[in-house]
Amino acid sequence: MNKTAFTTYETAWCPGCGNFAIIETLTGVLNQMDTPPHQVVLVGGIGQAAKTNQYITANGFSGLHGRSLPAAVAIKIANDDLTVIVNTGDGDSYGEGGNHFLHNIRRNVDITHFVHDNQIYGLTKGQPSPTSDPCDLAHKTNTCNMGATFNPLLIAIAAGATFVARSFSGDKTHLAQIMAAAIKHPGYALVDILQPCVSFNKTNTFAYYKQRVKPLDDTYDSTNKLAALEKAMEFGDTIPIGILYQEQAPTYADKRPELFDTVPLIDKSVHLSEVQALINSYI
Amino acid sequence: MYNILLGGAAGDGIETMSGLLEKMLKQSGCHLFTIRDFMSRVRGGHNFTQIRFGNQPLHAHRDTLDGIFAIDETTYREHHSQLSADGFILCDQALAIDDPRALKLPLKDVAKELENPKVISSVAIGALLKIFNFSLEHATDILKGNLREDLVDINLSALHRGFDLTEPRFDLKPVQTSDHLLVSGNTAIGLGAVAAGIRFYSAYPMSPSTTLLDFFSAQSSSMAIAVEQAEDEIAAINMAIGASYAGATAMTGTSGGGFSLMVEALGFTGIAEIPLVAVDVQRPGPATGFPTRTEQSDLKFVISASQGEFPRLVIALRDHADCFYQTARSIALAKKYQIPVILLSDQYLADSTATIPILDASEIIRFNEPEAVAQTADQPYRRYALTENGISPLRVPGKSEALVRVDSDEHDEWGQITESALLRNQMVEKRMNKLEGLKKELIEPEFWGAHQCQSLLVGFGSTSGAIKEAVDILNQEEKNYGALIFGDIYPLPTERLQHFAAQVMEIINVEQNATGQLAALLREEALICCEHSILKYDGRQLSVDDILTGIKNLKGGF
Repeated sequence: MNKTAFTTYETAWCPGCGNFAIIETLTGVLNQMDTPPHQVVLVGGIGQAAKTNQYITANGFSGLHGRSLPAAVAIKIANDDLTVIVNTGDGDSYGEGGNHFLHNIRRNVDITHFVHDNQIYGLTKGQPSPTSDPCDLAHKTNTCNMGATFNPLLIAIAAGATFVARSFSGDKTHLAQIMAAAIKHPGYALVDILQPCVSFNKTNTFAYYKQRVKPLDDTYDSTNKLAALEKAMEFGDTIPIGILYQEQAPTYADKRPELFDTVPLIDKSVHLSEVQALINSYI
Repeated sequence: MYNILLGGAAGDGIETMSGLLEKMLKQSGCHLFTIRDFMSRVRGGHNFTQIRFGNQPLHAHRDTLDGIFAIDETTYREHHSQLSADGFILCDQALAIDDPRALKLPLKDVAKELENPKVISSVAIGALLKIFNFSLEHATDILKGNLREDLVDINLSALHRGFDLTEPRFDLKPVQTSDHLLVSGNTAIGLGAVAAGIRFYSAYPMSPSTTLLDFFSAQSSSMAIAVEQAEDEIAAINMAIGASYAGATAMTGTSGGGFSLMVEALGFTGIAEIPLVAVDVQRPGPATGFPTRTEQSDLKFVISASQGEFPRLVIALRDHADCFYQTARSIALAKKYQIPVILLSDQYLADSTATIPILDASEIIRFNEPEAVAQTADQPYRRYALTENGISPLRVPGKSEALVRVDSDEHDEWGQITESALLRNQMVEKRMNKLEGLKKELIEPEFWGAHQCQSLLVGFGSTSGAIKEAVDILNQEEKNYGALIFGDIYPLPTERLQHFAAQVMEIINVEQNATGQLAALLREEALICCEHSILKYDGRQLSVDDILTGIKNLKGGF
């Protein structure tokens, strides 16, 4: 095993799965950084995408379905020196983990969240996810939403996320750029990565995305929140990819300078005499 | 020894008044045990605190009162039957209370003269201190330490005015209490966690655990504790698990409803072997139940919570000192065995305050991390290395080149997901093997009473004080009673239980629940049956008097 580089293990994904391009790109991006594998924690919930951390040589935390974000933010809070990256799916992030998705945006802890969004439940073999396309009774399949489709980017921007982007597993150059920018962003960074599920999603295929994705052009101002909200609502014949919104805002740690300085929380200690003084204040 | 009750509606300031009076009584040389009975509302209704004080240590509340301070007539109606014949009811002269024991004073008028109707409680404190023949010597300091600066003078005046309104009725010889603390159960848990080096606490507010969250929030900056109010209890426990994985001493706290949301993650700590302490401050269930009241009905739930099988330790907290020392011990054991430890408290213990000998931060049980095993290039770190005692060397991410990989899935020694039957067996056995070591560290239940007893009371947790006092009273007549009070309760230590079970004629389980959960556990784990039960499940804690009455009824009422 090469101790200084990120490498990958054999995976349990379907041949042709969009996850291969994502893990290859992610590994490439990690290897471009100065951070060694032992300083990186890859966190996942449950699902095919959540297995990503199983296949990369780094610290790995494979938690519970939907619960990757609370664990990830706490890992970062406990040790600010670590680079914490979540890889997990649309069901895990927006369905089971919906409440955590909303509230961790508010915390703005400096972690990165890559959602492998294939608009389907893969590991459970083809049920609609929150991001599956909408349909009516006449056009109903097993893999579409009779209810409204969840728009993660719109919700993230509205909830106050400081970095909101979309990319596509079929455009590795674009994906690498966005991934690197997301990891670099101080605060919570969400990247919704469109990714075909070759086994169960027969609608949102590689060709479907390839035809529709359109990188944001140079004139797009990613600091304009209202424009970003409008852009986030585009999802149809054209699907914009790129950084839809970014702002520099104080992170969780910035707001608590007394706890987050140069010494990570796990290395802090309180002298016994201070503890005893606290106890004695109850005399 | 005296017992007084302060009652009024929510919003009347009973809690603040009680806090001040308790501190003044302690400074005057009293031991105290105070219970808090609150309704789940912000204004109105009926709330009370019951302060028992005297010149010897107290461990439980009693029912019979020597005095009542009634802000309203409801307080009188609810509690006059508890008042002894020579007791008093201190109240404003305008209240329609027709009782020869009433001590009606112009409390409201005095407050009005001082131009702040809210200081009526300080007028009453002054009167109460006079009734029990204490001075106002400590009043200024205590007011200064607890009230906003601009309120100190007016409250001090109110105290003096109240003091001058009446005459002493009782006399208590004070004792030295400056070597004692006055703490609530939840504060003592918080102090224990701080002494054990807690760095991370996450919780969602839920009565009666919320004061733990408040405590850690207040100490966050000075004691280097990251405190996160989670969006729900699922997030709270998963945060604590993440922090613990990263190397922070972490804890979460809740009540039964929140614990119900935490159970999947409890199993995650079991299979992933991540140290965690979870506090369940019980209240009557099921569902929302009685939000602000007490019960011991989560025992069978927490010992089996979560799917699958994994080792865990459950400790029932018996008293305020236990809250401190056992919280610290639970943190040490969670780390040593890399298991979840559940602390069972309840509203009675959490919200009651007591004077206890100064807690000693140097006396707690600590876990000293063993020397890390060196990692070599050809033998990378195995988070789940198979060992004889089941304990694999624990490393944290980022502190060495070791890659720390943990899973909620079954895994191999390196933390890679596996579906191997052989590895499954090895990992299940490795995890369960940790119980062998843990069982050797269990603390047997405390025995109280006559060693040659024929009747044995068994209980656990916060009923400890009342059971002990009841046994002492029963043994004044015939030295026939003993009690075993469990702290460590799962795995169940059985040695002392077997010893007394072989000796006694009858075993009586005393529990704050409807089904006798401890008795069921004793049957299951030790094949020991209890002949009789004293059970209470109305949300009000078993008192010494309840136990004495229960025993009397068992004996056929004579």
